[in-house]
Amino acid sequence: MGTFIAIVLAAVLTNNFITVRTYGICPFLGVSKKTNSALGMGVAVTVVMAIATAVTYPLYEYVMVPLKIEFLEIIFFIFIIAALVQMIEKVIQKLSPSLYNAMGIYLPLITTNCAVLGVCELVIRNMDGVIGATAAAAMNTGWAVLYAIFAGLGFTLVMIIMSGLRERIGNYGEMPKALKGFPIAMITASIICMAFSVFGYIQI
Amino acid sequence: MNKYAKITLDGLIFQNPTFMLVLGTCPTLGLISSASSAAGMGLTVVVILTLSNMAISALRKLIPNEVRIPAFIVIIATLVTLARMVLEKFVPDLYDSLGGFLALIVVNCIILGRAEAFASKHTVLESAADGVATGLGFTAALTLMGIICEFLGSGSIFGLRITDFTIGAFATPAGSFLVYGICIAVFVYVMDTVERVRREKKYRPLTRQSLVKEAA
Repeated sequence: MGTFIAIVLAAVLTNNFITVRTYGICPFLGVSKKTNSALGMGVAVTVVMAIATAVTYPLYEYVMVPLKIEFLEIIFFIFIIAALVQMIEKVIQKLSPSLYNAMGIYLPLITTNCAVLGVCELVIRNMDGVIGATAAAAMNTGWAVLYAIFAGLGFTLVMIIMSGLRERIGNYGEMPKALKGFPIAMITASIICMAFSVFGYIQI
Repeated sequence: MNKYAKITLDGLIFQNPTFMLVLGTCPTLGLISSASSAAGMGLTVVVILTLSNMAISALRKLIPNEVRIPAFIVIIATLVTLARMVLEKFVPDLYDSLGGFLALIVVNCIILGRAEAFASKHTVLESAADGVATGLGFTAALTLMGIICEFLGSGSIFGLRITDFTIGAFATPAGSFLVYGICIAVFVYVMDTVERVRREKKYRPLTRQSLVKEAA
């Protein structure tokens, strides 16, 4: 139970992927104009992160380490992620064409989302600094996948907060021309980060 | 030579990957709290981008169009793996300060973007020039923001202590977002102003004669 709580708190709040680790900023700035698309993107990224970790973590632990080919991890991981995204794209296209059309160009772009490769790389490293030493010692495939799922949910949470703020700014905001678009989005993100920095006081 | 001057200016200013295109934001925001790690990241990207541009440009006639993205990713991933080994062996300090962002160069939009938009359509020499120029544009932007963030957040520049007055928030992602947003706004404002002044000059050339004539 302690491990579960440590992983959930670390993944969602103290080590949030956007506000603390700054992974996955491209979709965060690109797809956060509407709450619906932000939610869809967040869920899609969460699913890809969970499946990618479920494949790459055992592959690394039980195949690459015994064979001493750890140095190939980047090439292996990026290939697995690219194949997974392609498969998920086909499944969504078949099951729900409307969702497929709504996601558009952003679905294939999940491959080049730092958050997916980032979580695969993070869970195979030393997790002491992220979830605490006792939880890190108990790390296995199940906990790794759980971490990936909650990291994805933390990502979704910040995406939704951001899209809500951006909808308001888009409708009522008046600002100099140079601030429109990315600059004001980054300043908004900065304020969200300041708010999230409070969670740094949680001791895991 | 005009062609290369255009490639250089595009990479450094008009198509600057950080300020104009807003690509490669994750390593930018993650590393600009320290000027030296920001500059180290920029220089690593210069090397990888130049080599990947040259390799992709040399192989552009051999790679079938349908599988070009996987082929590009294999080339980039191989180069990143090599870079990681070299840095771990020879520059361990930089390797530690880059952390997870070193592996994430594989999914850096700048490198795949230049491969797709430039290297797959131009000669090896032009692609190399584009790689160096775009990479240096990225490095210059990162170093500039790194200096601002490190000065405000830690009171030092490149690790050299200058003042004891510090604002802690600038050492965290919150400060990085703020500095990045303001830098883009300033860059866009300056570019717009330069463009407007140039356009006005074209319509009504501001010379001594024209001013004298206008005064009369």
